[in-house]
Amino acid sequence: MARYLFHRLWQSALTLVLASIIVFIGVRALPGDPALAMAGEEADPATVAAVRAELGLDESIVVQYLKFMGNAVVGDFGKSIRTGTPVSEMLGATLPVTIQLAIYAMLIALLLGLATGVVAAVFRGRWPEWTANGFSLFALSVPTFWLGILAVLYLSVQLGWFPASGYVSPFEHPLRGVYYLTLPALILGLTHAAVVQRQTRSSMVETLTADFVRTARAKGLGRAAVIFRIGLRNSLIVVTTIVGLQLGGLIAGAVVTERIFSLPGIGKLTLDSVFTRDYPVIQAVVLVITAAYIVINLLVDFLYTVIDPRMRVSGRTS
Amino acid sequence: MTAVDPVAPVALGRVRGRVLRKLWHNPLGVVGGVLLLIVIVAGVFAPWLAPYPPSQVHFTTPFQQPFTVGFALGTDDLGRDVLSRVLHGTRASLEVGVLSVLLAVVVGVPLGLLAGYWRWLDAVVSRLADVMLAFPFLIVAVGLAAINGGGIGNAAIALGIANIPTMIRVVRAETLRLKESDFVLAAHTMDAGAGRILGGHVLPNALSAIIVQATVIMPSAVLGEAILSFLGLGIQPPDPSLGIMLSDAQQYLFRTVWPGVFPGIAIALICLGFNLFGDALRDALDPKTSHREGR
Amino acid sequence: MTEPLLEVTDLQVSFGDVPAVRGAGLRLMPGERVAVVGASGSGKSTTAHAVMGLLPGAGRVTGGRISFRGEDITHAGEKRLCALRGRQIGLVPQDPMSNLNPVARIGRQVAETLVAHGLASRREAKDRAVEILAEAGLPDPGRRARQYPHEFSGGMRQRVLIAIGLACRPDLLIADEPTSALDVTVQRQILDHLEKLTQDLGTALLLVTHDLGLAADRADHVVVMSEGKVVEAGPARQILTAPDHDYTKRLVAAAPSLTTTPPRDRRTAEPVLEVVGVSKEYRIRGGGGALRAADDVSFTVQRGQTTAIVGESGSGKTTTAHMVLGLVTPTAGTIRLNGTDGTRRGRRRAMQAVFQDPYGSLDPMFTVERLITEPLRIFGIGDRASRRARVSQLLDQVGLSPAMAQRYPNELSGGQRQRVAIARALAPEPRLVVCDEAVSALDVLVQDQILRLLENLQRELGLSYLFISHDLAVVRSIAHDVVVMRGGRVVEQGPVGQVLDSPADPYTRQLLDAIPGATVFS
Repeated sequence: MARYLFHRLWQSALTLVLASIIVFIGVRALPGDPALAMAGEEADPATVAAVRAELGLDESIVVQYLKFMGNAVVGDFGKSIRTGTPVSEMLGATLPVTIQLAIYAMLIALLLGLATGVVAAVFRGRWPEWTANGFSLFALSVPTFWLGILAVLYLSVQLGWFPASGYVSPFEHPLRGVYYLTLPALILGLTHAAVVQRQTRSSMVETLTADFVRTARAKGLGRAAVIFRIGLRNSLIVVTTIVGLQLGGLIAGAVVTERIFSLPGIGKLTLDSVFTRDYPVIQAVVLVITAAYIVINLLVDFLYTVIDPRMRVSGRTS
Repeated sequence: MTAVDPVAPVALGRVRGRVLRKLWHNPLGVVGGVLLLIVIVAGVFAPWLAPYPPSQVHFTTPFQQPFTVGFALGTDDLGRDVLSRVLHGTRASLEVGVLSVLLAVVVGVPLGLLAGYWRWLDAVVSRLADVMLAFPFLIVAVGLAAINGGGIGNAAIALGIANIPTMIRVVRAETLRLKESDFVLAAHTMDAGAGRILGGHVLPNALSAIIVQATVIMPSAVLGEAILSFLGLGIQPPDPSLGIMLSDAQQYLFRTVWPGVFPGIAIALICLGFNLFGDALRDALDPKTSHREGR
Repeated sequence: MTEPLLEVTDLQVSFGDVPAVRGAGLRLMPGERVAVVGASGSGKSTTAHAVMGLLPGAGRVTGGRISFRGEDITHAGEKRLCALRGRQIGLVPQDPMSNLNPVARIGRQVAETLVAHGLASRREAKDRAVEILAEAGLPDPGRRARQYPHEFSGGMRQRVLIAIGLACRPDLLIADEPTSALDVTVQRQILDHLEKLTQDLGTALLLVTHDLGLAADRADHVVVMSEGKVVEAGPARQILTAPDHDYTKRLVAAAPSLTTTPPRDRRTAEPVLEVVGVSKEYRIRGGGGALRAADDVSFTVQRGQTTAIVGESGSGKTTTAHMVLGLVTPTAGTIRLNGTDGTRRGRRRAMQAVFQDPYGSLDPMFTVERLITEPLRIFGIGDRASRRARVSQLLDQVGLSPAMAQRYPNELSGGQRQRVAIARALAPEPRLVVCDEAVSALDVLVQDQILRLLENLQRELGLSYLFISHDLAVVRSIAHDVVVMRGGRVVEQGPVGQVLDSPADPYTRQLLDAIPGATVFS
C-alpha cells in the first residue's frame, strides 16, 4: 500500500507541476504588456523598462518560471495591478468564504444524495423511486443558478426567510454565519446532490443484486442490515470517487453562486480579475484552484484505502 | 442438427432493432425523444420560426406581458421579443453543445483507444487527462476569455476541453475491457493488425459507451454555456443566448419576472430532453440487460 | 414413519411471464442427501432458491407447495423466512469469488449469522466464528478470521462459505454447485469435507449440480430436471445404471466421466507441431525473482491426431497454448510448425484457434458471415463471391444451416456459437487447430455433440488438434496423446490409454481419482 500511496503522491506532484507550467505559459500568452499596463499607458520607456526589471520580465522564461514557483510555494504571488495589494492577502480574504461554501454545499449534496439514492434503490419500481429519480432529473436539468435567482426573489425578498445577499463569518457569529450561507449552499449543492443520488442508486442497485447480498440474506440477516451494513457500505466506494470528480464542477458552481448572492469569495475575485485583466491575480487564482483540485483528489484516493480493504494490499481495485 | 441443443436460441431481432424497440417501450425515453425533437426543430429552424430578428428592439413596447398580441412571450427592457430570443438562444445552446461534444469525441476517442491499447502510451495520456481535469471548465473559460474575450467558440472550446478527460477515461476503460476479450484474442491469432483490431473490433463495440457519454456531455454543455454567458465569459451581447437573457433579466427582476422565466424553462427542457433520452438509451444499450435476454 | 424434512410438490416459478420451473417435486428426509441434476436453464437452481425464498428480481412462485417440517412456507412472510434462513436452512452458493462481502472481515461474516439468530452475543460470536472456521478446515483460523476475502484462494473461500452455511447447525443445507468453479483436486477435498461435516452433524443435504457423476458420488437420491420439470427421480445407482427416461439416458451416455477410453488408431507418425524445451518466465513486479509459467515443456502433435494438455489452474497449459499460437513469446525453446514458410503470417494461417467462451470469442457486432470470412479477408484468400460460397460450405460442415450466415452471435445458442467458432477456425484451411478449453463452458449434451463434431472433422479433413483442457474425462474421449502439466512443468506424457489407464505419476493418479463418478462403475 505504501508503494501505491507513494506512486499517487508522485503522480499528483507531476500533475501539479504540469498544471503550473500551463498556467504560467498561458498568462504569458495573454495579449498586452503587463509592464506597460502597470506603469500606465503614458509612461516613458525608461519607467516601463524599470517596471519590467522590477517584475523580472527581462529574464529568461525558465528563470521567470522558477522564480514564480519559488515565490508561490511560500505564498507570494506578487501584487495586484488593479489595487496594489499583495495577491496573497486577497486570497487570504476570499478563500475561506469559498471553502466554507463548498464544504457546506458538499455536506448538503451528500446527505440529500445518499438519502434519496438509497430510497430509490430500495423501493425500486415504486413511488419513492419515482420521486427520488424525479428530484435528481429536475436538479440535473434545471439551471440551478436560475433557481438561485428565483429563490432570492421569492424566499429572500418577498418572504424574507433568508438574507438575499452578504456574508457573515461563521467563526465570529456561528449561527448567523451558517444562516447566511444556507441558501447559497443549498442552491450550489443541488446539482451535486443529483449526481450523488444517481451514483448511489445505480451502485446500490448493483450491489443489492450481487451474489454476496443473496448469501447475506441466506444467513438470515434482516432487511435493514442488508441494505445499510452491506449495500451502502459497498456503494460508498463508488460514491467516494464521484465526490472527488465533482469538485471541478463545485468550484465552477461556486463562482456563479457567489455572483448571485454577492458573496466575497474567490469566484468573485476571479471574475473581477478577468474583467480588469489583473494578470497576477488570475495567475494566482487559477493556480490555487487547480492545486486544490489535485490535492483534494489525492486525499480522496487516500480515503479509498481506508474504505476499500482490497486497496490496502494490491493498491488497486479489481 | 441444431434442434438438439437444449438451450433453444431465444428469437431476438438485430442489435439495432432491439435497442430501438427497448427505447420505444420506455415511456420516459419516448418523452425525452419527443422533447428533443421539439428542441432540435426549434433550434434548427429558429431563423424561420422566430417572428422577429432576435436583436430587434421595440423601444415603444418594453416589458410587455406574455400573450400580448405580437409578442407571444412578451418583451424585455429594450422591447425585444422574448420568443424570438429564446428560439435563437436555443439554437446557440445546441451549437455549443454539439461543438463541445464533437471536440470531446474527436480528441478523446483516439486518445482513449491509444491509451487503452498501448501500455506505454497510457501513462502519458492519463497524465494529460489528469492535468486537463485539474482545470475546471470555468477556469479554462476564464483563461480563454482573458486571451480572446468571450464568444461562442470560447464557450464550446472550454466545455469541450472539460469533457475530453472523461471521454478519454470512458473509451480507455472500454478498450482495456475489449482488449482482453476472447474475440480480440481470436483476431490476434488470425494475425489481425492493431488497425483492424482497434477499428474493426474495439471501436464498434465501444460505440454505445461513447454515445451514452455524448448524451451526458450534451446537457452539461448546455448548462455550462448558460453559466458562462451569464457570467459574461461566453456568448457576447447582442448575440442571443439563454444565459445572457437570464443575466439581463436579473437586472430588472423587480419590474417583471417573465423575461427571466422563459429562457430558464428553455434550458430546463433542453437538458431534460437529453437526460431522459440519454438514460433510456443507456438502459437500452446496457450489455447486462441485453445479455440476460440473450441467454 | 418420520415426517419429511423438506417436501416440494408441483412447484411452478415464473420470471415475469416466462416460466422457469414448471412442476418440480422432491422430498428430503432428515439427514438424507439428495442431488438435483440438470443442464443450465433446467430450473434446478431456481427450485433451490425458491425453497429459501430467495428468488431474484421478478421471480415468483406461481403454483405448487413447499413445506418444511410440515409447515407450508411457499408464501411465508419475510420475517418467518429470515428466521428459517441460516438457522434451519443453510446455503452454500456457487461461485466462491462473488459470494463473500469484499469489504467485511471473514470472521465477521461468519459471526453475523450467529448474532442474527441470537445464538451468541457479539463478543462470543467472534470466538465461535474462529472455531467454526477451524472446523471447516481453514488453517490458522485465528489470523484468517481477521482477513478480507481477497486474501483467500477460491478453495479457502468455499470453505468459509461452508462454515457460514453450517454455522447455526441447520437441519438442511442447500449446496448450489458448490465446487463447479474450483479445480478438480480442490473440488474433491471440499466435497469430502462437506460430506464429513454434514454426516457428523446429521444435516440433510440438497445438492444442486450439472454433473451427473458428482451427483451419483455424493447423494443417496438423484432428481433429474430438464426444462423446468423433473423427468426422473430415484436412487443414485439406479439412475446411473438403469436410466428410465429418454433425457436421462442421453445424459448418461454423453457424460464424459462415465465413458472408458475407446481404442484409437495411430497410423501416421508425421509431426505437425514440435515443441522443444519451451519456457516462459514472467518477472514479478516490485519484488525480484521470476515466475516460471512454463518450464522446459516439450511435446509433439502428429498429423491427423489430437494431443491434449491437461492441468489445473496455474499449471501453465494456457501459457503453453498462447506460446504455440504466437500470442506470447517464449523465454527459451523452439516451436516448429512443419509445412509452413516460417513467416509469422504463414504460421498463423496454418494454425487457428477455438476458445473457451462461446459468448466471448465472437465479436457481437459481426454477422456470422463476417465472422467466418474475417480470416479469409486478413489472409487475402479468395474474392467476395468465393468467400460467400465458402461460408455456406463451412456452415454445412459444422452442422449449421447456411441461412444462419446473416445472424448475429447473440441470436445463437452456446452450442451454435461454438460451431461458428469452429467454422471460422477452419476457414483458412489450417493444418493445426488449437482448442483452448473449447467445450468447458458447454452443457454436457452440447459438449458431447461438439466433441463428436471435432472428431468427424478430424477424420474428414485430416486435421490435427492441440486440445487444452482441465477435464481429464473430456480429454479421454478425444485425445490420442496426453500431456499432464502442473506448476508449469510436464509431469507425465504419452498415449492416452497408457497415461490414463496406468498412470506413472502420483499427480495424474490424483487427478483421475478426483473425477466425480469414476468410482460408480468400478
